[in-house]
Amino acid sequence: MSDYVISQIKRDHLMNLLADGRREDGRRLDQIRDIKIETGMIESADGSARVKLGDTEVIAGVKLIPGTPYPDAPADGVLTTGAELIPLAHESFEAGPPGEDAIELARVVDRGIRESGMLDVKKLCIKEGEEIWMVYLDIYTLDYDGNLFDASNIAAVAALKTAIVPNKQYGKGEDAPMPITCIPVSVTAAKIGNDLIVDPNFDEEAISTARLTVTTDNDGHFRAMQKGGKGSITRGDLSLCLDRAVEIGKQIRIIIG
Amino acid sequence: MERRNAKRAREIVTPGDVLAASDEYKPGDNTYELNGQIRAQIMGVKTYVDDAVTVIPLGGCYMPVTGDTVIGIINDIGPSNWMADINAPYPAPLHVSEVPWKVEFGDTSRFLNVGDVVLLKILMVDESRKIQVTMKDSGLRKIEGGQLVEITHSKISRVIGKSGSMIQMLKNMTDCRLFVGQNGRIWVDGDDANVEVAVEAIKIIEAEAQSPNLTERVRSFIESKLPQTAGADSPQNAGDNREESQ
Amino acid sequence: MSGHTDMTLVNDQGIRIDGRKVDEKRPIKIEAGVLKNADGSCYLEIGKNKVLAAVYGPRECRPKHLQDPTKAVIQCKYNMETFSVSDRKRPGTDRRSVEISKLIAEALENVVQTELFPRASIDVYIEILQANAGTRCAGLTAASVALADAGIPMRDLVPAIACGKADDHVVLDLNKEEDNYGQADVPLAIVPSTDEIVLLQMDGNMTREELDHGLDMAFGAAHEVYELQKAALKKRYSDLAKKEGAGDE
Repeated sequence: MSDYVISQIKRDHLMNLLADGRREDGRRLDQIRDIKIETGMIESADGSARVKLGDTEVIAGVKLIPGTPYPDAPADGVLTTGAELIPLAHESFEAGPPGEDAIELARVVDRGIRESGMLDVKKLCIKEGEEIWMVYLDIYTLDYDGNLFDASNIAAVAALKTAIVPNKQYGKGEDAPMPITCIPVSVTAAKIGNDLIVDPNFDEEAISTARLTVTTDNDGHFRAMQKGGKGSITRGDLSLCLDRAVEIGKQIRIIIG
Repeated sequence: MERRNAKRAREIVTPGDVLAASDEYKPGDNTYELNGQIRAQIMGVKTYVDDAVTVIPLGGCYMPVTGDTVIGIINDIGPSNWMADINAPYPAPLHVSEVPWKVEFGDTSRFLNVGDVVLLKILMVDESRKIQVTMKDSGLRKIEGGQLVEITHSKISRVIGKSGSMIQMLKNMTDCRLFVGQNGRIWVDGDDANVEVAVEAIKIIEAEAQSPNLTERVRSFIESKLPQTAGADSPQNAGDNREESQ
Repeated sequence: MSGHTDMTLVNDQGIRIDGRKVDEKRPIKIEAGVLKNADGSCYLEIGKNKVLAAVYGPRECRPKHLQDPTKAVIQCKYNMETFSVSDRKRPGTDRRSVEISKLIAEALENVVQTELFPRASIDVYIEILQANAGTRCAGLTAASVALADAGIPMRDLVPAIACGKADDHVVLDLNKEEDNYGQADVPLAIVPSTDEIVLLQMDGNMTREELDHGLDMAFGAAHEVYELQKAALKKRYSDLAKKEGAGDE
């Protein structure tokens, strides 16, 4: 991602549009792209979702495997989140183990899910102190046109919410739906000049100086935040993002269903 | 032997498709011969040119050719050269001796920086595809402002049109400056609103390149967006910006 | 291939557990041009396999030391998503994936006109979203479509399919159970214009007659897969062509 060079002409063009309050694809500064969600298409997974946010596409899969609990949480299921920026998604992605961008992405998505208590981990206990469900959430980027944070969050949440606890496969009784308590939704904005634009596409991200992702739960309470990028944001920027996270979060939550 | 004319329904072929028998036609571009048959070597449109059968590619990358004028984007700087991305599988080094300024060793970033857009000419391509480019010819320079459009390079000839007719119409009707690089990049400059229309018109040309009524289609599109230009594309308005229609 | 089961893989009427006859391949769906960024791409399903292939190139060769001054190198990366198999696969590469990547790149070398792009690299990525035996064949079939979709010069497409043996029957296009508990698995890939073999492996135990019979079926099926590859590519461009006739904005 750091290797890709945006031309000065493109940069100037985008800045000129923003000076007029406009964006390349005609969206408002606080408008997200179209979201398409497909769930349950991967039978080998216990839960799956394929999401398109504009032209950004990600796929998330969930697999539950019985495992041993952490000693300090003997009755809690365990969530592990991984993300990969696979090279087929963009010309600048290289093959190899997850780098810092993929790791940050995984940890931010994980934080939203964990801090909101989306998974009722107590209900993912098989035998206290001995056996719990390990929930492996893996997210792969298939096509990159900006804002992997929100696209990945939607895919992760859709995959988890439609997942089945595979009791039957492991002789633990009948299959059951995943114990879900809420739907955490993240809303990401990129800072370009003094403007904050929601759901940046690739070009907008490339010319941005900073990014802020804010995750809310169904009650509009704030559960996770992440500022990224080498630039800074102001207190005013933060307020605007917090407002939008609640408003737009509601819209996205309705689409997720 | 039948002669097909270019206006017929186009036949899309895939690599390996049999196009004709070797004793009926000669093998043209993007074809090969196998056991008395001429086959396609690329995804494209089967076309007859005189007594040969060829395939016009639908996609594929730009391969630099000596003499081409291209639009490059500087993506690296060294003490005595810059590297330009010219949308080809090969990087194009631009040496300090090939720019119109006197550049001291190590002073390169004063003249051109990463992200700058430049008009270049391909000086030479050797057998291992090492490229040399220059910015010293007339008309070559750094460009700023306007918009840069990237299209499949095989459609560039449609943007230029027969004897430059399409590009001339675009210029006259939108009153914009246009520079068409052989590498699939086109620079459009002018009044903001007009530039938007020109860019959309170019995208229409790319999407409908094989359509027989393309010129009319583009003309009516521009007229619908910029009604005041209707009639602007008449013979006495044909300008002489030939260097820009490369 | 070494698993044991009491399951009947092929019954007395010659019907397999998924209802197929011994010489039937699984249903196939192929779509070309499915990704925005990749130069060429293909989504393919065969039976329960779900595969995505993408091509970038020709482009600058990375790492530089792999450059060949006379032609392009084909670099292939075959990868299975963690959730593609019933026992979750650990993320990252493994020896099996490395071998498969190598074989697919070597198969494609036969048809791609690499000498047109010295010093460049053609990068092929294959992601297995869901696996059910025959993923390397599915991956190679999808990769050929992605290469053609990218406009890369090649003399033909490369269809691939496996034959094998289960419950003493020679069968075409093994499913997961037949692959795990059967007696032989023979993946095959060919160049249809010449019937050259560009990928061939085998594990198991077959007599000469069984192998010949299996390969006959596989060759026939590969030609059928070829027609589907061509149709998918032509559909992609004819869909675009349909928009042209539609006229004004």
